Amino acid sequence: MFDDFFIRALFAGIGIAFVTGPLGCFVVWRRLSYFGDTLAHSALLGVTMAYTLDLNIAISVFLISSIIALLLIQLQKRTNLPGDALLGLLAHSSLAVGLVVIGFLTFIRFDIMGLLFGDILAVTTDDLFVIWIGGALILIVLKLIWKPLLASTVNYELAEAEGLNPDRAKAIFTILMAAVIAISIKMVGLLLITGMLIIPAAMARNISDSPQKMVLFSIIGGLLSVILGLYSSLEFNTSSGPSIIAAALILFILSLFKIKQSIKLKN
Amino acid sequence: MNSNNNILVKLNNAGFRQSEKWLVEGISLTIEKGKIVTLIGPNGSGKSTTAKIALGIYKNIEGSVEKYTTKVGYVPQKISIDWTLPIRVYDFMLLTETIEDSAIDEALSLTGVIHLKNKNLGSLSGGEFQRVLIARAISKKPELLVLDEPVQGVDYTGEIALYELIKKISDTLNCGILLISHDLHMVMTATDHVICLNGHVCCSGSPLDVAKNNEYKALFGEKASQILTTYEHKHDHVHSDKGEIKKN
Repeated sequence: MFDDFFIRALFAGIGIAFVTGPLGCFVVWRRLSYFGDTLAHSALLGVTMAYTLDLNIAISVFLISSIIALLLIQLQKRTNLPGDALLGLLAHSSLAVGLVVIGFLTFIRFDIMGLLFGDILAVTTDDLFVIWIGGALILIVLKLIWKPLLASTVNYELAEAEGLNPDRAKAIFTILMAAVIAISIKMVGLLLITGMLIIPAAMARNISDSPQKMVLFSIIGGLLSVILGLYSSLEFNTSSGPSIIAAALILFILSLFKIKQSIKLKN
Repeated sequence: MNSNNNILVKLNNAGFRQSEKWLVEGISLTIEKGKIVTLIGPNGSGKSTTAKIALGIYKNIEGSVEKYTTKVGYVPQKISIDWTLPIRVYDFMLLTETIEDSAIDEALSLTGVIHLKNKNLGSLSGGEFQRVLIARAISKKPELLVLDEPVQGVDYTGEIALYELIKKISDTLNCGILLISHDLHMVMTATDHVICLNGHVCCSGSPLDVAKNNEYKALFGEKASQILTTYEHKHDHVHSDKGEIKKN
C-alpha cells in the first residue's frame, strides 16, 4: 500500500495534522507564532547537519531546534533585548548559517525548494514511521501536561499558586514544538510549518466556544487541509506545502462566515 | 496557639525585592486551619505581594515560607485573561483540578452565578467574573484559601452575602483563609487575626487590638479606628448611645 508515493504522502500528512492541530492551538493561545517560525528556520541547519553527518533528518532537526530554543531562553535571561528581536536574531542567523553551510557542501545536491516548501515525493516509509511514532509520543506528552499548560495559559499565577508547576509544562511544550517541526519539515517545508500550526487553529477559534472544541476543530481543519492540498498538489503539479497551506486558508475564510452569523445573532 | 499540625502556611521574616526596591520585608505570619487572617494596609503596602509570597508565586524571597498543604484555592486581585482562548465558565471551573459536576453547580449556586455556567468567560461583567473566581476557588474544597480583594466590583448586597459565605466556608471546610480586604466591617466581624501592613508589619493582633494601636491610627486615621471599635460598643450596651461612634 505504501509503495505509492502519494499514499505515503497522504498518510504522512494525516499523521502531521493530528499533531499540529492541538499544538497549533497552544501556539495561537500563547502567541508563539514567531517562536515557531524561529524554530522552523533553524531547522535548515538541522537538515544540513543530517546530510553532513549522515543522520536521520527528523532527529537532527529536533536536536538543532531544541538547542535553539534553549539558546533563546538563555538569551532572554542574560540580555535586555526584547523577545521579538531575539527571535529574529536566532531565526535569520540560523537560516543564514544553514545556507552558507549548504554552499560549502558542494558534493551533495540539495533541493532547496523542497526544503523550503515541502516535497511529497521525498516522503519515505521510514519518514512515515518517524511521523506516526513521533507524533503519538508528542500527543501523549501533550495530554500529560494539558492541565498545567492550559491553566498557565489562562493565568500563570493561578496555576503556580495552585501547585501545577507551569514552568515545567512550558519547558516541555518548547521541546514538543521542536519535535513537531522535526517531523513535519519534509512534508510542509520550513517556511510554511508555522502556517500549518496556526491557520487550522485560527480557523477553529472562529467556530469554537471551549478549548477542547477548538482542539478538535483544529485537527479536523488540518486533516481536510492535508487531503485537499495533497490532491490538488497532485492534480496541478504544485509543491505540497503551499498547496496544503492554501487549502487551510480557504477553510479559514469559510470559518469567517460563522463569526459573521454569530455577531448578527448578538445584535 | 494550637498544636503544630494545624498550621497551613508559615512565613518567617519573609521579604521580596524587585529591582533593588523592597516591596515588603520582615513579614512573619501563620495561617491555621479554620482561622481567617486579614491583611489591611494602604495601596502599595505589599498586601498582594505578601499573599503571593505565601502562595509560592514569588520564588527569590528573603526569609522562608513553610507550606504544609497543596490544596490551595486562590482568588487573585488582578487577572488578565487572554480572550484568544475560547473558555466557558464551566471550563474555567475545571482549570486547575478535575472536580465533579455537582461540586461545580454547588459552588456556582453559592456565589449566585449558576445561570452563567455555559456562558463565555469573556462575556461576564466585572462583578459576575469576581463571583465566578470565588466559586472556582471554593469548589475544589481547599485547605488554604487566599482571597485578594475578593468582592471588588460586586454589588452591595452581594458583597455582604459573599463575606458571609467566606465566613461560612471557613467554618464548614475548616480551611485557613488569608484575606485581603479594604472592608473594615468585614475585618472586624469575621476575622481572627489582623495584620496591618505598610511595607512591613505595622501592627498585628485581634481586630480590637489593632484598632486601638497608634500606628494603625496613624496609617488609617482616627475615623477608621472608630469604625473598628464601633463593633466593640455594639456588643456593649452601656456605650450604645454614643452617636459619634455609631456613625460608620
